[in-house]
Amino acid sequence: MADLALVNRLDIRTPEGITFSKPLAGIPSRCVAWLVDTLARITCTVLISMALGWIVPVLPEFGAIVQLLIYVILGFGYNVGFEWFWHGQTLGKRLLRLRVMDAQGLRLQFHQIVLRNLIRPIDGMPAGYGVGLIAILLNRRNQRLGDLAGNTVVVRAPRLEEPDVEQVVGGKYNSFRDYPHLEARLRQRVTPEETSLLLQALLRRDQLDANARVVLYADMAAHFREYASFPEEATRGLTDEQYLRNVADSLFRRGSGARG
Amino acid sequence: MLIDLDKFIVEERPYWDELDRLLSRLEDDMGASANLEGVKRLYYLYQRCASDLAKVNTFAAEPALRQYLESLVGRAYGEIHEVRGRAARVRPVHWCRNTFPRTFRRHRRAFHVSLGAMMLGALFAALIMLARPDLKAFLIPPQFGHLYSDPSERVAQEEASDGDELEGFHARFSAMLIQNNTRVSILTMGAGLAWGLGSLLLLFQNGLILGAVAIDYILAGESVFLLGWLLPHGAVEIPCIILAGQAGLVLGGAIIGHGDSATLRTRLRRVGPDLVTLIAGVCILLIWAGIVEAFLSQYHEPHLPYALKIAFGATELVLLALYLFRSGLRGERRAAEAS
Repeated sequence: MADLALVNRLDIRTPEGITFSKPLAGIPSRCVAWLVDTLARITCTVLISMALGWIVPVLPEFGAIVQLLIYVILGFGYNVGFEWFWHGQTLGKRLLRLRVMDAQGLRLQFHQIVLRNLIRPIDGMPAGYGVGLIAILLNRRNQRLGDLAGNTVVVRAPRLEEPDVEQVVGGKYNSFRDYPHLEARLRQRVTPEETSLLLQALLRRDQLDANARVVLYADMAAHFREYASFPEEATRGLTDEQYLRNVADSLFRRGSGARG
Repeated sequence: MLIDLDKFIVEERPYWDELDRLLSRLEDDMGASANLEGVKRLYYLYQRCASDLAKVNTFAAEPALRQYLESLVGRAYGEIHEVRGRAARVRPVHWCRNTFPRTFRRHRRAFHVSLGAMMLGALFAALIMLARPDLKAFLIPPQFGHLYSDPSERVAQEEASDGDELEGFHARFSAMLIQNNTRVSILTMGAGLAWGLGSLLLLFQNGLILGAVAIDYILAGESVFLLGWLLPHGAVEIPCIILAGQAGLVLGGAIIGHGDSATLRTRLRRVGPDLVTLIAGVCILLIWAGIVEAFLSQYHEPHLPYALKIAFGATELVLLALYLFRSGLRGERRAAEAS
């Protein structure tokens, strides 16, 4: 769920008064991305070293320089190159849907990418990114020291997809449709975060323990009842789950909103 | 606000798609520039999209649409409100002749402090060595253990050798030196994140080592060997550490922000390009220092006269100083007069 309020977010307010926000990447996803990048770098180093292996016996001096170049290019240039040409993403970040961006939402500059990667060895000290992890934990924007120096943040860049509402609604009759003014009030009052939470709770129905699901749906239904109180005939005989499905249908159904 | 979402999406989608295409073109082509009409169109689309986002923000049922618009507005915002130039064409000659020395001069005060910290360390070590020569091992870290021996013994040993110890090993030794010195320089700059104190400490520590070694050789009457050995590569390598310290102090200064009302992020944004320029210049100079150390510094009399090595080192030092203090100065003055 991209919209959980528990996730740290980078909020940017434009001079036009519009606010947009980006969910910040947490430590686990950044660690996995780093592992993927490290594996990619090691694989590349081994493959290139094998391909150029014939140079060392023939020209040992030249071979040593080539090996050093490979080490430097893959060690430092890998991150800088990928982050520059892939607009803030390396292989690992792309797989984990993460992206480096300017901390103020402006265009990411080359020097920012270089700086954040230059400071990486300091973040890596004394071992296992100790300094970097402490910095991320202490920082509201989850920035390691390199991010601080480069004025960058790592954000989550989830794939933007239309939600699978049909699966939730299931084509059943929705008694709330008979009360368009109450549906409109519901749409007006429910926040996007709550909408997303509702959708996920219904989509993950079968992953929840049966007892936990009953309790969760009861709590959620009680919460949504506070926004709009539908008359008795519309809710009679509805289980909490069906109540939530009706709410989802009212929220997501297109062409049903009151004309404004 | 209640809106007819279907109608809204159908009407606005072409504008979103057009903005997306425009932004993709700008992002993919680093040298791309737009004419006035193009810029006006981009700004119009951005404003329209931002207005759509404001409408959707009040409409709870569309978190996916809101995310899509937020992403679009975010990208457009970055392009429109960015006042820094796009990545310019790489101009290595211009960079070497103007950008690097001018950046160095712009932060001359940080350089002086950096130089002072290193000299203070050297002076401190020299005083300690004069009072307590037995503390040499305390001042010089174990990785320089080969310097613990008596200087005169080492000189005798070096001058007696046939000078072929590095035969077939020059490039590897040179690469090793470049790598190590670059790592130390980056660390010295990065340590500036601790309000500049980290950089000052590392400069002081480097000064301690340099001072201890220098006074040890001077007291042993081996000043000529010392100059012949250190000057050819040290004339570039030591200034590089000071330049890295300068970058660290610039970084520390931006973090402290004394007398500057700008926010931390603005201050860091301002010094970022200068830090990269300084450290890039250091890395390039260190390649030269590494080559000289491996191919020249390790050869002594009778194979190579000390006078020649000292003259070479002194020439390097003068040229480096001239380069840093004078290169690109005329253009800089012209620009200052014009403004």
